[in-house]
Amino acid sequence: MGQFGVFLLLLTLGYVFGRMAESRHYRSIHKREALLRRVLVLPDKMPPIEFQQHNSTLVTGSVVISVDYFKTIAAALRGLVGGRVNAYESLLDRARREAILRMQEQARLKGASAVFNLKFETSRIGDNAGKALGSVEVLAYGTALIPQRHATA
Amino acid sequence: MLISNMEVVPGKKVVKHLGLVQGSTVRAKHAGRDIMAGLKNIFGGELKGYTELLSESRDEALSRLQQQAELLGANAILNVRFSTSSIAAGASEIFVYGSAVVVEER
Repeated sequence: MGQFGVFLLLLTLGYVFGRMAESRHYRSIHKREALLRRVLVLPDKMPPIEFQQHNSTLVTGSVVISVDYFKTIAAALRGLVGGRVNAYESLLDRARREAILRMQEQARLKGASAVFNLKFETSRIGDNAGKALGSVEVLAYGTALIPQRHATA
Repeated sequence: MLISNMEVVPGKKVVKHLGLVQGSTVRAKHAGRDIMAGLKNIFGGELKGYTELLSESRDEALSRLQQQAELLGANAILNVRFSTSSIAAGASEIFVYGSAVVVEER
């Protein structure tokens, strides 16, 4: 009985705090995406000819986001019947968008107008989580193109 | 040193290829951070300690990459790629590679 109580407590804590963290994070993502819309991010390999006179440099953005207890249990249950795992979908969505935003912030600090050749790298960090997801790291990187009047050698 | 993950550099041309250069580092997380991460696995949210650790390691790998390219006499590294693997419990390897080249104004 005691063990079940602890389980329920963890589940409730995970649900309440996880929900709070997620909606707070989404609010901040939406706000910053609107602010940074001017820094173009494209997965194109070759920049168009207009960028001939720009300087280029590597920019990166990364984030490690952890699951909460509720998501772990929800995903484990979903694993029994198969299908979409909503709990993990939103987690990865947040991580990818956050990584792009951090990369855009770095690009803006360098005076860039666009980031080309966007690449992602996703890895799982979950030594203490056993078979569950634990936490996930997403790295976004690309080449920032800086108009030459902003150039800082 | 110009570092880029594109195959070409706008406004510049590659005059010499010097081959593959790479940089890597293996980092372990310390126990305190692991305990914090365990707690975070209940409540959810960002693991700032890990984010910092991994981006520090990435900077380290990039600076090793750069050193190698400088030894070859390159002034740019193109087509840079990152790769991360957790090789043992609590340790991960960050690996970065690219091609060292000499570029010139067109």
